[in-house]
Amino acid sequence: MKFNKNTFEVIFFARGGQGAKTASELVAHAAVEEGSFVKAFPFYGPERSGAPTRMFLRVSDQEIRTQEPVEDPDVVVVMDDTLLDVQDVTKNLDKNESLIINTKKTPEEIKKSLPKFEGKIHALDATGIAMSITGNPNTNTVLVGKLISVSEIVSLESASKIFRGVFTEKIGQAMTEKNIRAMTAGYDEL
Amino acid sequence: MTGGYAVAEALRQIHPDVMAVYPITPQTPIIETYAKMKADGLVETEMVQVESEHSAMSATIGASAAGVRAVTASSSQGILYMAETLPVVSGLGLPIVMCVSSRALSAPLNIHGEHGDVMAVRDMGWVEMFAENAQDAYDQTIIALRLAEKVGAPVMPIMDGFHTSHTTERVEVLEDEIVRTFVGKRQTEESLLNFKDPITIGTLALQNTYFEFKMNQEKLMQKTKSAFKTICSEFAKISGRKHGFFEEYAMDDAESVIVMMGATAGTAKEAIDKLRAKGKKVGLLKINLYRPFPYKEVGSALAHIRKIAVLDRAISFGAYPPLYQDVMSSLHFSASQKHDIASYIYGLGGRDTMQSHIEKVFKDLEEGEIDNKIKYLQ
Repeated sequence: MKFNKNTFEVIFFARGGQGAKTASELVAHAAVEEGSFVKAFPFYGPERSGAPTRMFLRVSDQEIRTQEPVEDPDVVVVMDDTLLDVQDVTKNLDKNESLIINTKKTPEEIKKSLPKFEGKIHALDATGIAMSITGNPNTNTVLVGKLISVSEIVSLESASKIFRGVFTEKIGQAMTEKNIRAMTAGYDEL
Repeated sequence: MTGGYAVAEALRQIHPDVMAVYPITPQTPIIETYAKMKADGLVETEMVQVESEHSAMSATIGASAAGVRAVTASSSQGILYMAETLPVVSGLGLPIVMCVSSRALSAPLNIHGEHGDVMAVRDMGWVEMFAENAQDAYDQTIIALRLAEKVGAPVMPIMDGFHTSHTTERVEVLEDEIVRTFVGKRQTEESLLNFKDPITIGTLALQNTYFEFKMNQEKLMQKTKSAFKTICSEFAKISGRKHGFFEEYAMDDAESVIVMMGATAGTAKEAIDKLRAKGKKVGLLKINLYRPFPYKEVGSALAHIRKIAVLDRAISFGAYPPLYQDVMSSLHFSASQKHDIASYIYGLGGRDTMQSHIEKVFKDLEEGEIDNKIKYLQ
């Protein structure tokens, strides 16, 4: 049982280069925009493109003091289903908590590979959605959309506003809007 | 924003004339953010890209001696590489601010957070202050600049590498105008470049005068304490945020207290709330100003506490760790009763310190597991 129930905690499991840092910081900045307190930080291992990595995100209506990594998440986001074999992604994820996973498999197939997990599984083909909308396999905006619809920690509007603010200059307006459409598609995906 | 960004933002508002930089993780976000601000035309600071940290501090010394406002930033081996110049800065009384993102020392190679680097240079005559989070890092950069120029001593505002420098948090930023009015312009009567009134900076002082130079420097360090206090209360007026020698958290009726500095104090606060909810009388004394050390004030804050654990994020080979030694000295001179004081070392090389570690320390204190051996929170 969590002591501090006001703090919403998320772990992103990803491989280096998949944009988990950008995803968690996007949600963090949107939460600050809405007046919440946040902490978003990566597990700094040996940073290599493709190596398994984790990002931690806390959002609260009160100041967050603790600096420790998230141990008991409310939601877990898995950006690549091959991580299921190498990381214990459902650790401390209880019955009413959610696993969001980028996969071509069905929730039933994922369930089979996680026999002990009793929580909710949100399986979506984020890579396919990203490819069809933006033309590249950056799944992080799609998964942020899904995280927002599952958790309601921030609004889709705030996340879109922050994304526009940060990325319009970097990737251009057309690609920015495509990514926001990808985020919205992730949000709407059942 | 991250701690690194928050420090760069404070520096942008301070707007130094010169910033000499050499990158090193986990300090680099400060200077790369500042370099982007410069490229975007937000600041006019002369950024000098040098070939090493020794040159970074040397260039900063030259600029500061010439009478302008000069700053730099560093970490770990970078601080040690410039160590030769650090007592030059304090000996000359130059008001240089060096923003530090603290990190472990090689070997073995490790880029993660620890206080080993700043502890290694704690006797170099620099003021050292420790931040708990990105907000503190922002605030302390502004306080550091004001303090340095007020007393003529160099200051290191220190945040924990990665824990604070790379964590995205909510930070309240003051208006540019308010910060600029608060730090003002650097006022100096002496300048290397004033040819009408030439002066010598960095003179030779032999057996007959060197001793007195050092005594004067120590006198200045003591004055720094009261100046720090005044500046903190002025800062509270513009920001509404309290800073001071230390923060007392849940100390009123506490029976067991942890003394520590930096980012992990936040984790300790959370653990203390949890233990308080179970009726445990536990508290925290978080040190903000480490050099000069507020011995008398720490002594009186802890005078009524029987059981104390001092947590150091640094190791002092063959000796008790640094903060423990300072707390022991504080209590030695003002002890009104017997204390049981334990020493713990945590978080070396970025090792995670969990609330469960903090709970274990309080359990040791409660059960009287206190002796003169150093314990390790691995």
